Amino acid sequence: MSLTLEQVHRVAHLARIEISDAEAASTLGHLNEIFALIEEMQAVDTLGIEPMAHAQDLAQRLRADRVTESDQLAQRAAFQAIAPETEAGLYLVPKVIE
Amino acid sequence: MKQWEVVIGIETHAQLSTEAKIFSGSSTAFGAIPNLQANAVDIALPGVLPVLNRGAVECAIRFGLAVGAEIAPRSVFARKNYFYPDLPKGYQISQYEHPVVLGGKLVIQVGDTDQTVHLTRAHLEEDAGKSLHEGAGQHFQGRSGIDLNRAGTPLLEIVTEPDMRSSAEAVAYARALHALVRWIGICDGNMQEGSFRCDANVSVRPIGQPHFGTRREIKNLNSFRFMQQAIDYEVQWQIATLEDGGSIEQATVLFDPVTGETRAMRSKEDAHDYRYFPDPDLLPLAIDRQWVEQIRAQMPELPGAKRDRLMVDYGLSLYDAEVLTSSLELAGFYEAAVAIAGRSNAKACANWVMVDLAARLNKEEREIGDSPVSAEQLGGLIARIADGTISTNMARKVFDTLWNGEGGSADDIIASQGLQQITDHASLERLIDELLATNATMVAEFRAGKEKAFNALVGQAMKATRGKANPQQVNELLRRKLA
Amino acid sequence: MIEHSLQAIALSLKSKEISSVELTQLYLDRIARYNPRLNAYLAVDPAISLGQAQAADERLARGEGGPLTGIPIAHKDIFCARGWLTTCGSKMLSSFVSPYDAAVISRFHAAGAVVLGKTNMDEFAMGSSNETSFFGPVHNPWDTTRVPGGSSGGSAAAVAARLAPAATGTDTGGSIRQPAALCNLTGMKPTYGVISRYGMIAFASSLDQAGPLGRSAADCALLLNSMAGFDERDSTSLNRPAEDYGRELNAAAGAKPLAGLKIGLPEEFFGEGCAPEVMHLVEAAVAEYRQLGAETVAVSLPSMGLSVAAYYVIAPAEASSNLARFDGVRYGYRAPDYHDLTDMYCKSRAQGFGAEVKRRILIGTYVLSHGYYDAYYLQAQRIRRLIANDFAAAFRQCDVIIGPTSPSTAFKLGEKASDPVQMYLSDIYTIAVNLAGLPGISLSCGFAGGLPAGLQLIGDYFTEARLLNVAHRYQLATAWHLQRPAAFD
Repeated sequence: MSLTLEQVHRVAHLARIEISDAEAASTLGHLNEIFALIEEMQAVDTLGIEPMAHAQDLAQRLRADRVTESDQLAQRAAFQAIAPETEAGLYLVPKVIE
Repeated sequence: MKQWEVVIGIETHAQLSTEAKIFSGSSTAFGAIPNLQANAVDIALPGVLPVLNRGAVECAIRFGLAVGAEIAPRSVFARKNYFYPDLPKGYQISQYEHPVVLGGKLVIQVGDTDQTVHLTRAHLEEDAGKSLHEGAGQHFQGRSGIDLNRAGTPLLEIVTEPDMRSSAEAVAYARALHALVRWIGICDGNMQEGSFRCDANVSVRPIGQPHFGTRREIKNLNSFRFMQQAIDYEVQWQIATLEDGGSIEQATVLFDPVTGETRAMRSKEDAHDYRYFPDPDLLPLAIDRQWVEQIRAQMPELPGAKRDRLMVDYGLSLYDAEVLTSSLELAGFYEAAVAIAGRSNAKACANWVMVDLAARLNKEEREIGDSPVSAEQLGGLIARIADGTISTNMARKVFDTLWNGEGGSADDIIASQGLQQITDHASLERLIDELLATNATMVAEFRAGKEKAFNALVGQAMKATRGKANPQQVNELLRRKLA
Repeated sequence: MIEHSLQAIALSLKSKEISSVELTQLYLDRIARYNPRLNAYLAVDPAISLGQAQAADERLARGEGGPLTGIPIAHKDIFCARGWLTTCGSKMLSSFVSPYDAAVISRFHAAGAVVLGKTNMDEFAMGSSNETSFFGPVHNPWDTTRVPGGSSGGSAAAVAARLAPAATGTDTGGSIRQPAALCNLTGMKPTYGVISRYGMIAFASSLDQAGPLGRSAADCALLLNSMAGFDERDSTSLNRPAEDYGRELNAAAGAKPLAGLKIGLPEEFFGEGCAPEVMHLVEAAVAEYRQLGAETVAVSLPSMGLSVAAYYVIAPAEASSNLARFDGVRYGYRAPDYHDLTDMYCKSRAQGFGAEVKRRILIGTYVLSHGYYDAYYLQAQRIRRLIANDFAAAFRQCDVIIGPTSPSTAFKLGEKASDPVQMYLSDIYTIAVNLAGLPGISLSCGFAGGLPAGLQLIGDYFTEARLLNVAHRYQLATAWHLQRPAAFD
């Protein structure tokens, strides 16, 4: 199978990556080459094979229900020092519309 | 004209009462200054990883047991991918194909009948942060402010089958669920703070049509009243639309309490492609039998069972038993009072708790949990009424004294203020004889047929004993003497 | 000193033959001199490094410290290090100073090692040549017109040119082993879960694993001892008893130190696809192993041919989600001009990520999207299971699997940069190991045309100590790993 330009635009938007028509066209070529490689998988009959999501067949470890943070004011200051835009302790973004 | 059937399913997000967040060690306490309770994991710094809070899993297990559901021995956390500024990782960790709680049911009361609402599932997930907009004391021009204190707070999303057929049923379900999650201690139920939020999936279909109509989802109903209003509006809107020859588009709508109307959200674009996949950072969640049994052993008696038991053990009416089991605290208070007052006074205890105490609490906007009069104090007071030590009128004064924190027990107050009822027949008779002698006019009036004069004489007697005489006894004595 | 093993350096530090400050300064001077030719380092901070060296010297003076105290180590710029620029090779994080330490950094800090600097890498570890770095490619010290491999190319070039005694890397599909092969180093990817991923910027979470890059297996064992260990902050970190990964290295052995060892030779590793000059060196190494007493058996990994296909579904899928947090809201690059929220996201990400990263995000987004999930993602996970099963079957017949690390020696800069599929195929021998979560090690097995070639050893889960020993015995018998590029005296 191969992708269409329209699909490239759609996926780019889902991924929130601006893409020009020219970029989309060149990307489409690369993606189709890569998908040609990926398609090799489709020839394999995997009926009854359990998908493997993790490298190990283990169960998840849990943490105790305990607060671990202290000195959060200093921590917040350190975190917000590297933020693009903050005010009154809030991260600022262009207006969110619901 | 067509007859329409309303079909409602409810999804509820109950914030779980854990100390720490679901995947980090930040506090879940409400009301901190912005982003104070947002640690490296919560703000999704590069490289950080989630670790699941055992307490949140225990809450889910408690819920599953309370609704008779299956606790999945293995469940999976997935990532729900979408971009939103209050979602720091760009995905929400939630359970998708394999939730922790499967099935279950809740019995609700609609009018006088019991109805069963079947649950589809309940799953664990993390809450998002909050976007604060201009206004509301904020003034960042044309921008929104993001507070991630709530991001990562544990939620249990509880999903019903489309079993409800009216707004009244939906509200009854929501109330019953609200009472239950508080009862089993997994959620504080505070709707103002967003601890318990409901989404209602509403559709209508002509009666007899086998398949469901297209549904619209009303989001974030944070009071029972709004739920009722929103569903009622939505139902009439859908019926009107269909009767006008229109069709219903699947949509997410918001309820505006000011206009009383629902309106479609400016949809999160591509909201329908969340690209769920198992979170590679989190291995499957395993819950063994032993853990479930351990939690089962710690479960409180559930409201339905307690209600039935109160009716059998104490002879309470269905109504009384319902009211007294509306919360675990109230039921606990009631049973503690009965334990002191004695089982034979169970009905009196119910009346005191439901009438006198409830009125007083209500007046002062207090919860049963911070009643100034303890269950033990109230039980002691009721015992003294029952054994005739004090009259009901006098008991109200003792109650006031207890309420004001003056005096440790009913007995102490009765003793220190000399409030014991005068039941000694001889002394009461002496008192009445004196009264008749000094109130000849009233006696004459009574004999002349004025019943009012009799009441005045009773009043005089009560006044003379400063209320301590048993009014019934006074009554009898007076009648006899005047006969 | 720059040819000393880590153990020898530790002895020199203990005996005060050299101080940590002197040693650190020596490397800082070399970096100042040679790094412009290599572009191996992205950040060097002499004040921090020398301060740590000073502290290490005080520790050593008190008779305290362990085998790594005072030794400067270079870290791949994928590890968050408090106060250090941590860019992950991306414009997106070009001004990101980490407010916290990764687990690996903390562990080295606790061991008293010195942070020598942060090394260049393919952007977000996506690449096999180090050419996708926003900060320009790294040059291979053996031939600066060639690539050092990737994605841990900066770490590999730094150690190969003796600009660091040792370095850390991460390996998602071969990113430690392949640059080790191309730079004449020893590099190990341990069993998934042995080293905490906390603070290591995620590429593909179910495949990523940190590991050491050094000049010998013995050095790698010392580094792994420090890096490995349970971390409650990583749900996938394994809670196992601590072990000394070098424990088998010092055992006395005769002329046949590997007698009893069964080496599996998978037909899939010895067929077409590998450059003949590399294959000859690998075959010579196999012959050397027979000399050392090992027995060889033919094994088969029938699904291995699908590993690249499965990998280029699973890794981009996970990456597309892992990289969603780079949205210009809380840290990282934000586009200067935009007209609304969505536009801010789209422009910040379009400008902040490079072409290869964007390509993989698009692949990952596509394979997870509605209607394609089963055909791609689930199918890839089923193939992943088949690959893991192949290895399990093979390890019933042998102790260690041997093959080439990379199908070729270092290729020219720019040679594959515009051909993603050719680039992806550079990892055909390494990717399956990540999919299965197994430990693997690459060591040099000779030179072809003046360029080093790598031999890969793969073991069953948790057999790092044995792998290191098998590599070590070869290095005792050969001298390839001692060669160093002439241009960096």
